[in-house]
Amino acid sequence: MRMRTPVTRRLLGAVAVVSALALGATACGSGGTDDGSASAGPKDVAAALEKGGKVTVWAWEPTLKKVAEDFEKKYPKVDVELVNAGTGDKQYTALQNAIAAGSGAPDVAQIEYYALGQFAIGKSVENLAPYGADKLASGFTPGPWNAVHRDGAVDALPMDSGPMALFYNKKVFDQHGIAVPTTWDEYVEAARALHKADPKLFITNDTGDAGFATSLIWQAGGRPYKSKGTDVTVDFGDQGTRTYAGTWQKLLDEKLVAPISSWSDSWYKGLADGTVATLAIGAWMPASFVSGVAAASGDWRVAPLPQWTKGGTASAENGGSSLAVPKAAKNKELAYAFTEFATTGAGASTRVAAGAFPATRADLESPAFLDADFPYFGGQQANRIFADSARNVGADWSYLPFQVYANSVFNDTVGKAYVSSTTLTAGLNAWQETSVKYGKDQGFTVNK
Amino acid sequence: MGWGFAGPFVAVFGLVLLAPIGYALYLSLFKDRLIGGTSFVGLENYGEALADTRFWEGLARVGLFLLVQVPVMLGVALLVALAIDSGRLYGRTFFRVAVFLPYAVPAVVASLIWGFMYGTRFGLVGNINDALGVTLPDPLSPSLVLASIGNIVTWEFVGYNMLIFYSALKVVPRSLYEAAAIDGAGEWRVIASVKLPAIRSSLVIATIFSIIGSFQLFNEPSILQKLAPNAITSDFTPNLYTYSLSFAGQQHNYAATVAIVMGVITAVIAYTVQLRGMRKG
Repeated sequence: MRMRTPVTRRLLGAVAVVSALALGATACGSGGTDDGSASAGPKDVAAALEKGGKVTVWAWEPTLKKVAEDFEKKYPKVDVELVNAGTGDKQYTALQNAIAAGSGAPDVAQIEYYALGQFAIGKSVENLAPYGADKLASGFTPGPWNAVHRDGAVDALPMDSGPMALFYNKKVFDQHGIAVPTTWDEYVEAARALHKADPKLFITNDTGDAGFATSLIWQAGGRPYKSKGTDVTVDFGDQGTRTYAGTWQKLLDEKLVAPISSWSDSWYKGLADGTVATLAIGAWMPASFVSGVAAASGDWRVAPLPQWTKGGTASAENGGSSLAVPKAAKNKELAYAFTEFATTGAGASTRVAAGAFPATRADLESPAFLDADFPYFGGQQANRIFADSARNVGADWSYLPFQVYANSVFNDTVGKAYVSSTTLTAGLNAWQETSVKYGKDQGFTVNK
Repeated sequence: MGWGFAGPFVAVFGLVLLAPIGYALYLSLFKDRLIGGTSFVGLENYGEALADTRFWEGLARVGLFLLVQVPVMLGVALLVALAIDSGRLYGRTFFRVAVFLPYAVPAVVASLIWGFMYGTRFGLVGNINDALGVTLPDPLSPSLVLASIGNIVTWEFVGYNMLIFYSALKVVPRSLYEAAAIDGAGEWRVIASVKLPAIRSSLVIATIFSIIGSFQLFNEPSILQKLAPNAITSDFTPNLYTYSLSFAGQQHNYAATVAIVMGVITAVIAYTVQLRGMRKG
């Protein structure tokens, strides 16, 4: 923070301190909302809709706009206020502060799956099961549903999902006569062949991404995180993790992945000009391709995610969000009504039509969805591949109840494997250590 | 009676400057956990901070930065100021404005511009590599990234410091130079015996600003972190560390503690430099 003059420096310093304090102040406030008030049932929800009122929704998902309008049309007495309080971390910080302060929290909040645990364990989100959410289980695909319910409670309803697939630049693959890999071993082979044919080309980019690494471990059958209440286990020593680390280490050792960070300017350029030839990523990616990599329209195709064992079908989720009702919400029944409307039935279909990737079985299996052509992918019916992937997401995955923190120190630890002689395994061990230390510090019982 | 006049100032001073510091001190005595909530822990946070290797490594990093970058930056600034002041420079006004111009670029924008140039793939470094068929070392690799940040900061602040020195030189009475010339002093002798002693207090002030600036290093590494996530860790500088503690880890109490420890260290060092610098003056 290099500032101009001592005066502005001090002033800005003071502002920084004040804002830091404001944050701290709210963090200190009591988050004590009553715990056992979840006696509301589906009947109360119907009554609340009759009565009407206002629902404040914090979300950055653009497809919710139309849903909010439809909801207001259907229930004229209800007023939905859609607020973009920031994307991801920014919104969580605001939400955490509002919850701790005991005022200003929204009635409904968008929370990514990996971050949901942090809010659930802090008892910041309402258990939606008594409102009727537990009966919706069969309507959702397994991956997202698994992410929102724990210990018998339903912490949120799945809004979208990100079953993984392999996006590849067909033009580059054809030009160098390389077959689309179906296993990760073939993927490494393809990486070698591609880089040998043209040293400027890389199979993919990777500078260390916690979400990506955990997704691949998930697909490989690893379950490094387990948590039950405040008992947490972090163990990156299982077979799935070893499988992932062993294969990915080859790509790092031979410098076969481009050291370009995802979502950077270079990344978009690399995707457009073929430098980055594949992406293993969530099914929400097509919209970003269309808007961010328009120049390469027609070059890219979608294939099933490469497998760890030949002939396998295993998949994993990468990203995706849910809608939760904070405990501090003023009108929980109404909040739940909106949450259910937006995540199931007509609301879900509306969002899917607008480009969201569904977490609902009905939408995932509807012919209109499956038969949709993607002009960007040369007319390919890519949703068929995504839907297959969604069905094969490995069960029983869970994130840490403090995954937001853990992800923030991924590059401090595992990142070393990308820029030095440290191995991925050693990096993962260091990540584990840091996560365990933080967990203990925060009052969890870790690895006992 | 006097309070009627001093009151408004004292109120603003207390509210804007003292209250935040007091509140940070208050915060640093507590600990807020995900499980168990907030509890009073006394000086435990301070004990933890003093034994925190992540904090000390960050401090050592900005210390190294301070020892290398500040002398280079102030040396260049002084050289430019003396050159402009000598009156022998052609296009003096243009030169002065050109050197000062980077200071008008916000630090965030400057870091972005340099970040693009440092790119080995699509940036200037990449273009040079392609054009000349060479392989320059990656400025954003862990071993070079601190030097690359130093380069950005130097680029940004040479003009600012030059202006401080130049304005101090402008008020030196010309008669001193004439007297020195009559005594037979050459240009270098004039610089060493007349100009530098005359702008001594400016040199000390610029040094103190630079020390504080180095310890508060945040913008440049924070922006470059997106481009080099593995080279710039979340605890790269003490400021960056408090930021991650607060926003990624929700450890506001510990962040306040680290901020206070850092503030004390900065104040002590800056004060020492001031005392030493002013002693003979």
